[in-house]
Amino acid sequence: MYFDGFFYVTCLIFALMFLTRFFEDIGRYFMLMKLVFRRPDNVRMYWSAFVRDLYSLGVNSLGLVCIISLFVGAVVTIQTALNLENPIIPKYYIAIATRESIILEFSPTMISLILAGKVGSNIASTLGTMRVSEQIDALEVMGVKSASYLIMPKIAATLFFNPILITLSMFLGIIGGYFFGTATGMVTPTEFTKGLQMDYRPFYIVYALIKTVVFAFVITSISAYYGYFVKGGAVEVGANSTKAVVTSSLVLILTNYLLTQLLLG
Amino acid sequence: MIRATNIHKSFGDAHVLRGIDATFMEGKTNLIIGKSGSGKTVFLKCMLGLHDLDEGEIEYDDRRLSQLSVEERRKLRLELGMVFQGSALFDSLSVEENVSFPLQMFSKMNASEIRDRTNFCLNRVNIENANSLFPAEISGGMQKRVAIARAIVMNPKYLFCDEPNSGLDPKTAMVIDELIQEITYEFNITTIINTHDMNSVLQIGDHINFLVGGKKVWEGNKEDVFHTDHEEMANFVFSSELFKKVRRAVRSE
Ligand SMILES: Nc1ncnc2c1ncn2[C@@H]1O[C@H](COP(=O)(O)OP(=O)(O)OP(=O)(O)O)[C@@H](O)[C@H]1O
Ligand SMILES: [Mg+2]
Repeated sequence: MYFDGFFYVTCLIFALMFLTRFFEDIGRYFMLMKLVFRRPDNVRMYWSAFVRDLYSLGVNSLGLVCIISLFVGAVVTIQTALNLENPIIPKYYIAIATRESIILEFSPTMISLILAGKVGSNIASTLGTMRVSEQIDALEVMGVKSASYLIMPKIAATLFFNPILITLSMFLGIIGGYFFGTATGMVTPTEFTKGLQMDYRPFYIVYALIKTVVFAFVITSISAYYGYFVKGGAVEVGANSTKAVVTSSLVLILTNYLLTQLLLG
Repeated sequence: MIRATNIHKSFGDAHVLRGIDATFMEGKTNLIIGKSGSGKTVFLKCMLGLHDLDEGEIEYDDRRLSQLSVEERRKLRLELGMVFQGSALFDSLSVEENVSFPLQMFSKMNASEIRDRTNFCLNRVNIENANSLFPAEISGGMQKRVAIARAIVMNPKYLFCDEPNSGLDPKTAMVIDELIQEITYEFNITTIINTHDMNSVLQIGDHINFLVGGKKVWEGNKEDVFHTDHEEMANFVFSSELFKKVRRAVRSE
Protein backbone atom coordinates (compact mmCIF):
# COMPACT_ATOMS: atom_id res chain seq x y z
CA MET A 1 0.00 0.00 0.00
CA TYR A 2 2.75 2.37 1.06
CA PHE A 3 4.86 1.27 -1.90
CA ASP A 4 1.96 1.87 -4.28
CA GLY A 5 1.46 5.43 -3.11
CA PHE A 6 5.15 6.16 -3.34
CA PHE A 7 5.31 4.64 -6.79
CA TYR A 8 2.40 6.67 -8.14
CA VAL A 9 3.66 9.90 -6.64
CA THR A 10 7.07 9.33 -8.20
CA CYS A 11 5.47 8.60 -11.56
CA LEU A 12 3.33 11.67 -11.24
CA ILE A 13 6.34 13.86 -10.43
CA PHE A 14 8.26 12.50 -13.40
CA ALA A 15 5.28 12.98 -15.68
CA LEU A 16 4.86 16.55 -14.45
CA MET A 17 8.56 17.26 -14.91
CA PHE A 18 8.41 15.88 -18.41
CA LEU A 19 5.31 17.89 -19.28
CA THR A 20 6.70 21.13 -17.84
CA ARG A 21 9.86 20.63 -19.85
CA PHE A 22 7.78 19.80 -22.91
CA PHE A 23 5.56 22.88 -22.67
CA GLU A 24 8.54 25.06 -21.84
CA ASP A 25 10.22 23.86 -25.02
CA ILE A 26 7.10 24.46 -27.09
CA GLY A 27 6.66 27.93 -25.62
CA ARG A 28 10.25 28.90 -26.31
CA TYR A 29 10.05 27.40 -29.78
CA PHE A 30 7.15 29.67 -30.74
CA MET A 31 8.85 32.63 -29.08
CA LEU A 32 11.87 31.97 -31.28
CA MET A 33 9.72 31.69 -34.40
CA LYS A 34 8.29 35.12 -33.59
CA LEU A 35 11.83 36.49 -33.48
CA VAL A 36 12.76 34.69 -36.70
CA PHE A 37 10.03 36.21 -38.83
CA ARG A 38 10.90 39.85 -38.36
CA ARG A 39 11.58 42.36 -41.06
CA PRO A 40 15.18 42.09 -42.33
CA ASP A 41 17.41 45.14 -41.75
CA ASN A 42 19.23 44.65 -44.94
CA VAL A 43 17.72 42.50 -47.65
CA ARG A 44 21.00 42.14 -49.51
CA MET A 45 22.72 40.58 -46.48
CA TYR A 46 19.83 38.17 -45.97
CA TRP A 47 19.97 37.27 -49.64
CA SER A 48 23.64 36.38 -49.50
CA ALA A 49 23.03 34.33 -46.36
CA PHE A 50 20.20 32.61 -48.25
CA VAL A 51 22.51 31.77 -51.15
CA ARG A 52 25.16 30.44 -48.75
CA ASP A 53 22.59 28.28 -46.96
CA LEU A 54 21.12 27.10 -50.25
CA TYR A 55 24.53 25.72 -51.02
CA SER A 56 25.42 24.25 -47.63
CA LEU A 57 21.97 22.82 -46.84
CA GLY A 58 20.67 22.02 -50.32
CA VAL A 59 23.20 21.65 -53.10
CA ASN A 60 25.50 19.80 -50.73
CA SER A 61 22.90 17.06 -50.29
CA LEU A 62 22.43 16.42 -54.02
CA GLY A 63 24.97 13.58 -54.23
CA LEU A 64 23.61 11.73 -51.23
CA VAL A 65 20.00 12.06 -52.37
CA CYS A 66 20.83 10.87 -55.91
CA ILE A 67 22.68 7.77 -54.82
CA ILE A 68 20.16 6.74 -52.19
CA SER A 69 17.22 7.31 -54.53
CA LEU A 70 18.67 5.30 -57.41
CA PHE A 71 19.42 2.31 -55.23
CA VAL A 72 16.25 2.36 -53.18
CA GLY A 73 14.27 2.63 -56.41
CA ALA A 74 16.10 -0.45 -57.63
CA VAL A 75 15.50 -2.37 -54.41
CA VAL A 76 11.80 -1.48 -54.35
CA THR A 77 11.36 -2.72 -57.90
CA ILE A 78 13.29 -5.93 -57.37
CA GLN A 79 11.49 -6.77 -54.15
CA THR A 80 8.11 -6.04 -55.65
CA ALA A 81 9.00 -8.19 -58.61
CA LEU A 82 10.06 -11.06 -56.36
CA ASN A 83 6.83 -10.80 -54.40
CA LEU A 84 4.71 -10.72 -57.54
CA GLU A 85 6.07 -13.91 -59.12
CA ASN A 86 2.61 -15.05 -59.94
CA PRO A 87 1.62 -15.66 -63.56
CA ILE A 88 -1.87 -14.20 -63.06
CA ILE A 89 -0.64 -10.75 -61.98
CA PRO A 90 0.56 -8.70 -64.95
CA LYS A 91 4.18 -7.51 -64.77
CA TYR A 92 3.31 -3.87 -65.17
CA TYR A 93 2.02 -3.91 -61.58
CA ILE A 94 5.67 -3.85 -60.58
CA ALA A 95 5.98 -0.39 -62.11
CA ILE A 96 2.78 0.84 -60.50
CA ALA A 97 3.91 -0.36 -57.08
CA THR A 98 7.35 1.17 -57.50
CA ARG A 99 5.88 4.47 -58.60
CA GLU A 100 3.41 4.64 -55.73
CA SER A 101 5.81 3.72 -52.99
CA ILE A 102 8.46 6.12 -54.22
CA ILE A 103 6.19 9.10 -54.81
CA LEU A 104 4.00 8.64 -51.75
CA GLU A 105 6.44 7.62 -49.07
CA PHE A 106 10.00 6.95 -50.01
CA SER A 107 10.95 10.27 -51.56
CA PRO A 108 9.04 12.73 -49.39
CA THR A 109 9.30 10.94 -46.06
CA MET A 110 12.42 8.79 -46.13
CA ILE A 111 14.57 11.36 -47.89
CA SER A 112 13.29 14.05 -45.52
CA LEU A 113 14.25 11.83 -42.59
CA ILE A 114 17.72 11.44 -44.05
CA LEU A 115 17.90 15.20 -44.50
CA ALA A 116 16.76 15.64 -40.90
CA GLY A 117 19.93 13.82 -39.93
CA LYS A 118 22.23 15.63 -42.31
CA VAL A 119 20.80 19.14 -42.44
CA GLY A 120 19.40 19.11 -38.90
CA SER A 121 22.69 18.28 -37.24
CA ASN A 122 24.46 20.80 -39.47
CA ILE A 123 22.09 23.60 -38.46
CA ALA A 124 22.05 22.73 -34.76
CA SER A 125 25.82 22.44 -34.48
CA THR A 126 26.52 25.58 -36.52
CA LEU A 127 24.15 27.70 -34.45
CA GLY A 128 25.21 26.02 -31.22
CA THR A 129 28.86 26.76 -31.88
CA MET A 130 27.97 30.36 -32.67
CA ARG A 131 26.11 30.57 -29.37
CA VAL A 132 28.83 29.13 -27.14
CA SER A 133 31.61 31.11 -28.82
CA GLU A 134 29.56 34.28 -28.26
CA GLN A 135 29.16 34.99 -31.98
CA ILE A 136 25.41 35.35 -31.44
CA ASP A 137 26.05 37.81 -28.60
CA ALA A 138 28.37 39.69 -30.93
CA LEU A 139 25.58 39.97 -33.50
CA GLU A 140 23.16 41.18 -30.84
CA VAL A 141 25.59 43.80 -29.56
CA MET A 142 25.97 45.11 -33.11
CA GLY A 143 22.20 45.53 -33.25
CA VAL A 144 21.58 42.64 -35.64
CA LYS A 145 18.33 40.68 -35.15
CA SER A 146 20.34 37.51 -34.68
CA ALA A 147 17.52 34.95 -34.71
CA SER A 148 16.07 36.41 -37.84
CA TYR A 149 19.36 36.88 -39.68
CA LEU A 150 20.67 33.42 -38.83
CA ILE A 151 17.53 31.31 -39.09
CA MET A 152 15.21 32.90 -41.65
CA PRO A 153 17.56 32.34 -44.61
CA LYS A 154 18.04 28.71 -43.56
CA ILE A 155 14.29 28.12 -43.45
CA ALA A 156 13.85 29.86 -46.79
CA ALA A 157 16.67 27.82 -48.31
CA THR A 158 15.25 24.45 -47.26
CA LEU A 159 11.67 25.40 -48.14
CA PHE A 160 12.92 26.29 -51.59
CA PHE A 161 15.42 23.52 -52.19
CA ASN A 162 13.93 20.44 -50.50
CA PRO A 163 11.08 20.20 -53.06
CA ILE A 164 13.74 20.22 -55.77
CA LEU A 165 15.65 17.46 -53.98
CA ILE A 166 12.54 15.39 -53.47
CA THR A 167 11.35 15.77 -57.07
CA LEU A 168 14.76 14.70 -58.23
CA SER A 169 14.63 11.78 -55.83
CA MET A 170 11.27 10.61 -57.24
CA PHE A 171 12.60 10.81 -60.73
CA LEU A 172 15.83 8.97 -59.95
CA GLY A 173 14.04 6.38 -57.82
CA ILE A 174 11.86 5.43 -60.75
CA ILE A 175 14.81 5.50 -63.13
CA GLY A 176 16.68 3.21 -60.75
CA GLY A 177 13.74 0.85 -60.67
CA TYR A 178 13.43 0.86 -64.43
CA PHE A 179 17.11 0.30 -64.99
CA PHE A 180 17.66 -2.47 -62.49
CA GLY A 181 14.26 -4.07 -63.12
CA THR A 182 14.83 -4.34 -66.85
CA ALA A 183 18.54 -5.15 -66.58
CA THR A 184 17.77 -8.16 -64.41
CA GLY A 185 15.02 -9.21 -66.79
CA MET A 186 12.34 -9.10 -64.10
CA VAL A 187 10.21 -6.78 -66.16
CA THR A 188 10.41 -5.62 -69.76
CA PRO A 189 10.80 -1.96 -70.67
CA THR A 190 7.40 -1.92 -72.36
CA GLU A 191 5.66 -3.36 -69.32
CA PHE A 192 7.40 -0.97 -66.99
CA THR A 193 6.51 2.13 -69.04
CA LYS A 194 2.96 0.90 -69.36
CA GLY A 195 2.68 0.49 -65.61
CA LEU A 196 4.15 3.89 -64.95
CA GLN A 197 1.44 5.57 -66.97
CA MET A 198 -1.39 3.50 -65.65
CA ASP A 199 -3.82 4.95 -63.15
CA TYR A 200 -1.52 7.92 -62.60
CA ARG A 201 -2.81 10.56 -60.17
CA PRO A 202 -1.08 13.93 -60.36
CA PHE A 203 -2.47 14.80 -56.92
CA TYR A 204 -0.03 12.32 -55.40
CA ILE A 205 2.82 14.52 -56.50
CA VAL A 206 1.12 17.57 -55.00
CA TYR A 207 0.57 15.60 -51.79
CA ALA A 208 4.22 14.60 -51.72
CA LEU A 209 5.41 18.15 -52.27
CA ILE A 210 3.11 19.54 -49.58
CA LYS A 211 4.59 16.99 -47.19
CA THR A 212 8.10 17.92 -48.28
CA VAL A 213 7.58 21.61 -47.60
CA VAL A 214 6.06 20.97 -44.19
CA PHE A 215 8.88 18.57 -43.30
CA ALA A 216 11.48 21.09 -44.44
CA PHE A 217 10.02 23.65 -42.05
CA VAL A 218 9.86 21.10 -39.22
CA ILE A 219 13.47 20.00 -39.68
CA THR A 220 14.96 23.44 -40.06
CA SER A 221 13.05 25.26 -37.36
CA ILE A 222 13.39 22.54 -34.72
CA SER A 223 17.11 22.10 -35.36
CA ALA A 224 17.58 25.84 -35.27
CA TYR A 225 15.75 25.93 -31.94
CA TYR A 226 18.08 23.36 -30.40
CA GLY A 227 21.14 25.13 -31.79
CA TYR A 228 20.17 28.68 -30.96
CA PHE A 229 19.49 28.01 -27.28
CA VAL A 230 22.55 25.90 -26.42
CA LYS A 231 24.02 26.69 -23.01
CA GLY A 232 27.50 25.55 -22.09
CA GLY A 233 30.27 24.32 -24.36
CA ALA A 234 31.26 21.79 -26.99
CA VAL A 235 29.64 18.89 -25.12
CA GLU A 236 26.28 20.64 -25.03
CA VAL A 237 26.54 21.54 -28.70
CA GLY A 238 26.97 17.85 -29.47
CA ALA A 239 24.13 16.81 -27.17
CA ASN A 240 21.81 19.40 -28.63
CA SER A 241 22.48 18.45 -32.22
CA THR A 242 21.57 14.88 -31.31
CA LYS A 243 18.38 16.18 -29.69
CA ALA A 244 17.69 18.25 -32.79
CA VAL A 245 17.86 15.20 -35.05
CA VAL A 246 15.83 12.98 -32.73
CA THR A 247 13.10 15.54 -32.10
CA SER A 248 12.77 16.71 -35.68
CA SER A 249 12.59 13.09 -36.88
CA LEU A 250 9.89 12.28 -34.35
CA VAL A 251 7.87 15.38 -35.16
CA LEU A 252 8.34 14.63 -38.85
CA ILE A 253 6.91 11.11 -38.48
CA LEU A 254 3.99 12.46 -36.47
CA THR A 255 3.30 15.18 -39.03
CA ASN A 256 3.51 12.58 -41.77
CA TYR A 257 0.72 10.64 -40.12
CA LEU A 258 -1.43 13.75 -39.64
CA LEU A 259 -0.91 15.00 -43.19
CA THR A 260 -1.68 11.59 -44.66
CA GLN A 261 -4.94 11.46 -42.71
CA LEU A 262 -5.73 14.99 -43.76
CA LEU A 263 -4.84 14.84 -47.43
CA LEU A 264 -5.52 11.23 -48.39
CA GLY A 265 -7.76 9.91 -45.60
CA MET B 1 29.56 58.60 -19.93
CA ILE B 2 27.98 55.42 -18.67
CA ARG B 3 26.58 55.16 -15.17
CA ALA B 4 25.61 51.94 -13.43
CA THR B 5 23.52 52.20 -10.28
CA ASN B 6 22.95 49.43 -7.77
CA ILE B 7 23.32 46.54 -10.21
CA HIS B 8 22.15 43.15 -8.98
CA LYS B 9 22.22 39.96 -11.00
CA SER B 10 21.69 36.34 -9.99
CA PHE B 11 21.78 33.09 -11.89
CA GLY B 12 19.54 30.71 -9.95
CA ASP B 13 20.97 30.64 -6.44
CA ALA B 14 24.24 32.32 -7.37
CA HIS B 15 24.07 36.01 -6.55
CA VAL B 16 26.82 37.17 -8.92
CA LEU B 17 26.51 40.97 -8.86
CA ARG B 18 25.60 42.44 -5.47
CA GLY B 19 24.85 46.10 -5.92
CA ILE B 20 27.52 47.73 -8.08
CA ASP B 21 27.64 51.53 -8.51
CA ALA B 22 30.12 52.80 -11.06
CA THR B 23 30.67 55.65 -13.47
CA PHE B 24 32.65 55.34 -16.68
CA MET B 25 33.97 58.53 -18.20
CA GLU B 26 34.19 59.73 -21.76
CA GLY B 27 37.61 59.82 -23.44
CA LYS B 28 39.11 57.63 -20.73
CA THR B 29 40.12 54.01 -20.44
CA ASN B 30 37.98 52.80 -17.56
CA LEU B 31 39.13 49.51 -16.09
CA ILE B 32 37.22 46.86 -14.23
CA ILE B 33 39.58 44.56 -12.40
CA GLY B 34 39.02 41.62 -10.13
CA LYS B 35 39.80 37.96 -9.65
CA SER B 36 38.56 35.34 -12.04
CA GLY B 37 34.89 34.74 -11.23
CA SER B 38 34.36 38.10 -9.55
CA GLY B 39 31.67 39.01 -12.07
CA LYS B 40 33.47 41.24 -14.57
CA THR B 41 32.09 39.60 -17.69
CA VAL B 42 28.59 39.40 -16.24
CA PHE B 43 28.75 43.10 -15.33
CA LEU B 44 29.83 44.01 -18.86
CA LYS B 45 27.07 41.92 -20.39
CA CYS B 46 24.54 43.55 -18.07
CA MET B 47 25.64 46.97 -19.30
CA LEU B 48 25.28 45.79 -22.89
CA GLY B 49 21.80 44.50 -22.21
CA LEU B 50 22.80 40.90 -22.99
CA HIS B 51 21.69 39.93 -19.48
CA ASP B 52 18.53 41.37 -17.94
CA LEU B 53 19.11 43.08 -14.62
CA ASP B 54 17.44 41.88 -11.44
CA GLU B 55 17.74 45.33 -9.94
CA GLY B 56 19.43 48.63 -10.78
CA GLU B 57 19.80 50.91 -13.77
CA ILE B 58 22.28 51.53 -16.57
CA GLU B 59 22.44 54.99 -18.13
CA TYR B 60 24.14 55.84 -21.41
CA ASP B 61 24.51 59.61 -21.10
CA ASP B 62 20.85 60.62 -20.94
CA ARG B 63 19.37 57.26 -21.94
CA ARG B 64 18.14 54.78 -19.36
CA LEU B 65 18.57 51.25 -20.66
CA SER B 66 15.45 49.95 -18.90
CA GLN B 67 13.25 52.61 -20.46
CA LEU B 68 14.33 52.10 -24.06
CA SER B 69 11.96 50.41 -26.48
CA VAL B 70 13.25 47.50 -28.53
CA GLU B 71 13.87 49.84 -31.45
CA GLU B 72 15.68 52.46 -29.33
CA ARG B 73 17.79 49.76 -27.80
CA ARG B 74 18.86 48.59 -31.23
CA LYS B 75 19.72 52.15 -32.16
CA LEU B 76 21.87 52.44 -29.06
CA ARG B 77 23.64 49.26 -30.06
CA LEU B 78 24.80 50.86 -33.28
CA GLU B 79 26.85 53.18 -31.05
CA LEU B 80 28.47 50.30 -29.15
CA GLY B 81 31.54 48.27 -29.91
CA MET B 82 32.42 45.12 -28.03
CA VAL B 83 35.53 42.95 -27.96
CA PHE B 84 34.57 39.62 -26.43
CA GLN B 85 36.81 37.61 -24.13
CA GLY B 86 37.14 34.93 -26.81
CA SER B 87 37.14 37.39 -29.75
CA ALA B 88 33.83 35.96 -31.08
CA LEU B 89 34.79 36.45 -34.71
CA PHE B 90 32.35 34.92 -37.21
CA ASP B 91 34.23 31.82 -38.24
CA SER B 92 32.48 31.42 -41.57
CA LEU B 93 33.65 34.86 -42.69
CA SER B 94 37.11 36.08 -43.65
CA VAL B 95 38.97 38.73 -41.68
CA GLU B 96 37.85 41.45 -44.05
CA GLU B 97 34.23 40.25 -44.05
CA ASN B 98 34.25 40.15 -40.27
CA VAL B 99 35.37 43.75 -39.98
CA SER B 100 33.10 45.03 -42.73
CA PHE B 101 30.08 43.09 -41.45
CA PRO B 102 28.50 45.95 -39.42
CA LEU B 103 29.03 48.33 -42.32
CA GLN B 104 27.49 45.91 -44.80
CA MET B 105 24.52 45.42 -42.52
CA PHE B 106 23.83 48.96 -41.40
CA SER B 107 25.66 51.61 -43.37
CA LYS B 108 24.67 53.20 -46.64
CA MET B 109 28.26 53.20 -47.89
CA ASN B 110 29.08 51.77 -51.29
CA ALA B 111 31.45 48.86 -51.80
CA SER B 112 34.62 50.90 -52.21
CA GLU B 113 33.87 53.12 -49.21
CA ILE B 114 33.30 49.99 -47.16
CA ARG B 115 36.60 48.54 -48.36
CA ASP B 116 38.44 51.74 -47.48
CA ARG B 117 36.94 51.98 -44.01
CA THR B 118 37.65 48.29 -43.37
CA ASN B 119 41.25 48.60 -44.45
CA PHE B 120 41.66 51.75 -42.39
CA CYS B 121 40.52 49.91 -39.26
CA LEU B 122 42.65 46.87 -40.03
CA ASN B 123 45.67 49.12 -40.52
CA ARG B 124 44.86 50.86 -37.28
CA VAL B 125 45.32 47.55 -35.44
CA ASN B 126 48.40 46.67 -37.52
CA ILE B 127 46.88 43.86 -39.52
CA GLU B 128 48.12 43.65 -43.05
CA ASN B 129 47.87 41.06 -45.78
CA ALA B 130 45.40 38.97 -43.82
CA ASN B 131 42.17 40.20 -45.36
CA SER B 132 41.21 36.93 -46.97
CA LEU B 133 42.28 34.63 -44.14
CA PHE B 134 39.71 33.02 -41.88
CA PRO B 135 39.70 33.38 -38.08
CA ALA B 136 40.90 29.79 -37.65
CA GLU B 137 43.95 30.60 -39.76
CA ILE B 138 45.28 33.50 -37.68
CA SER B 139 46.87 33.62 -34.23
CA GLY B 140 45.03 34.48 -31.02
CA GLY B 141 46.65 37.91 -30.86
CA MET B 142 45.61 38.65 -34.41
CA GLN B 143 42.08 37.50 -33.65
CA LYS B 144 41.95 39.95 -30.75
CA ARG B 145 43.14 42.75 -33.01
CA VAL B 146 40.64 41.86 -35.73
CA ALA B 147 37.95 41.88 -33.04
CA ILE B 148 39.08 45.37 -32.04
CA ALA B 149 38.97 46.49 -35.66
CA ARG B 150 35.43 45.12 -35.95
CA ALA B 151 34.41 46.87 -32.74
CA ILE B 152 35.62 50.29 -33.91
CA VAL B 153 34.54 50.08 -37.53
CA MET B 154 31.22 51.85 -36.89
CA ASN B 155 32.89 54.68 -34.93
CA PRO B 156 31.37 53.68 -31.61
CA LYS B 157 30.75 56.15 -28.80
CA TYR B 158 31.14 53.37 -26.28
CA LEU B 159 33.72 50.61 -26.47
CA PHE B 160 33.67 47.49 -24.27
CA CYS B 161 36.65 45.14 -24.10
CA ASP B 162 36.53 41.91 -22.13
CA GLU B 163 40.10 40.95 -21.31
CA PRO B 164 41.45 42.15 -24.64
CA ASN B 165 44.97 40.99 -23.89
CA SER B 166 44.49 37.74 -21.98
CA GLY B 167 46.41 34.82 -23.34
CA LEU B 168 48.88 37.00 -25.22
CA ASP B 169 52.60 37.46 -24.71
CA PRO B 170 53.53 40.54 -22.65
CA LYS B 171 54.74 42.50 -25.65
CA THR B 172 51.62 41.95 -27.77
CA ALA B 173 49.48 42.52 -24.69
CA MET B 174 51.03 45.92 -24.23
CA VAL B 175 50.62 46.79 -27.90
CA ILE B 176 46.93 46.02 -27.67
CA ASP B 177 46.52 48.04 -24.47
CA GLU B 178 48.21 51.04 -26.01
CA LEU B 179 46.15 50.64 -29.15
CA ILE B 180 42.89 50.72 -27.22
CA GLN B 181 44.06 53.73 -25.24
CA GLU B 182 45.09 55.62 -28.38
CA ILE B 183 41.78 54.92 -30.06
CA THR B 184 39.95 56.04 -26.94
CA TYR B 185 41.75 59.38 -26.82
CA GLU B 186 41.66 59.87 -30.57
CA PHE B 187 37.90 59.43 -30.94
CA ASN B 188 36.86 60.45 -27.41
CA ILE B 189 35.26 57.09 -26.73
CA THR B 190 33.89 55.91 -23.39
CA THR B 191 35.97 52.78 -23.06
CA ILE B 192 35.46 50.04 -20.50
CA ILE B 193 38.03 47.28 -20.17
CA ASN B 194 37.89 44.13 -18.08
CA THR B 195 41.26 42.87 -17.08
CA HIS B 196 43.23 41.02 -14.45
CA ASP B 197 46.54 41.93 -16.01
CA MET B 198 48.55 44.15 -13.67
CA ASN B 199 50.64 45.61 -16.46
CA SER B 200 47.44 46.96 -18.02
CA VAL B 201 46.33 48.38 -14.70
CA LEU B 202 49.52 50.34 -14.26
CA GLN B 203 49.78 51.25 -17.94
CA ILE B 204 46.33 52.38 -19.02
CA GLY B 205 44.33 52.67 -15.78
CA ASP B 206 42.79 56.13 -16.19
CA HIS B 207 40.06 55.01 -13.88
CA ILE B 208 39.95 51.69 -12.10
CA ASN B 209 37.06 49.83 -10.47
CA PHE B 210 38.01 46.88 -8.31
CA LEU B 211 35.39 44.14 -7.94
CA VAL B 212 35.36 41.50 -5.24
CA GLY B 213 32.58 38.92 -5.19
CA GLY B 214 30.26 41.06 -7.29
CA LYS B 215 30.78 44.26 -5.31
CA LYS B 216 32.90 47.29 -6.08
CA VAL B 217 35.26 47.72 -3.17
CA TRP B 218 37.73 50.29 -4.49
CA GLU B 219 38.12 52.89 -7.20
CA GLY B 220 40.88 55.24 -8.28
CA ASN B 221 43.48 55.74 -10.99
CA LYS B 222 46.80 54.12 -11.68
CA GLU B 223 48.70 56.51 -9.39
CA ASP B 224 46.31 55.85 -6.53
CA VAL B 225 47.09 52.19 -6.88
CA PHE B 226 50.56 52.72 -5.41
CA HIS B 227 49.42 54.82 -2.50
CA THR B 228 46.26 53.08 -1.43
CA ASP B 229 46.05 51.53 1.99
CA HIS B 230 43.20 49.32 0.90
CA GLU B 231 44.62 45.97 1.92
CA GLU B 232 42.67 43.76 -0.50
CA MET B 233 43.35 46.02 -3.48
CA ALA B 234 47.05 46.26 -2.76
CA ASN B 235 47.32 42.50 -2.34
CA PHE B 236 45.48 41.90 -5.58
CA VAL B 237 47.53 44.26 -7.72
CA PHE B 238 50.86 43.65 -6.06
CA SER B 239 50.58 39.92 -5.66
CA SER B 240 54.04 39.04 -6.97
CA GLU B 241 57.29 39.80 -5.16
CA LEU B 242 58.44 41.93 -8.06
CA PHE B 243 55.36 44.14 -7.95
CA LYS B 244 55.66 44.40 -4.15
CA LYS B 245 59.19 45.74 -4.57
CA VAL B 246 58.00 48.24 -7.18
CA ARG B 247 55.29 49.41 -4.82
CA ARG B 248 57.73 49.88 -1.91
CA ALA B 249 60.08 51.80 -4.19
CA VAL B 250 57.34 54.12 -5.46
CA ARG B 251 55.96 54.74 -1.97
CA SER B 252 59.35 55.59 -0.52
CA GLU B 253 60.04 58.17 -3.21
N1 LIG C 1 25.18 32.49 -17.82
C1 LIG C 1 25.54 32.16 -16.58
N2 LIG C 1 24.79 31.31 -15.87
C2 LIG C 1 25.14 30.97 -14.60
N3 LIG C 1 26.21 31.45 -13.94
C3 LIG C 1 26.99 32.32 -14.59
C4 LIG C 1 26.71 32.72 -15.94
N4 LIG C 1 27.65 33.60 -16.32
C5 LIG C 1 28.49 33.72 -15.26
N5 LIG C 1 28.10 32.97 -14.23
C6 LIG C 1 28.78 32.88 -12.93
O1 LIG C 1 29.05 34.20 -12.52
C7 LIG C 1 30.30 34.27 -11.87
C8 LIG C 1 31.10 35.42 -12.46
O2 LIG C 1 31.46 35.09 -13.78
P1 LIG C 1 32.22 36.08 -14.75
O3 LIG C 1 32.30 35.39 -16.06
O4 LIG C 1 31.58 37.41 -14.72
O5 LIG C 1 33.66 36.16 -14.09
P2 LIG C 1 34.88 37.04 -14.58
O6 LIG C 1 35.15 38.01 -13.51
O7 LIG C 1 34.63 37.56 -15.94
O8 LIG C 1 36.02 35.96 -14.61
P3 LIG C 1 37.23 35.78 -15.67
O9 LIG C 1 38.25 36.76 -15.26
O10 LIG C 1 37.68 34.38 -15.44
O11 LIG C 1 36.68 36.02 -17.02
C9 LIG C 1 30.95 32.93 -12.03
O12 LIG C 1 30.89 32.27 -10.79
C10 LIG C 1 30.12 32.22 -13.05
O13 LIG C 1 30.03 30.86 -12.73
MG1 LIG D 1 35.37 37.23 -17.84
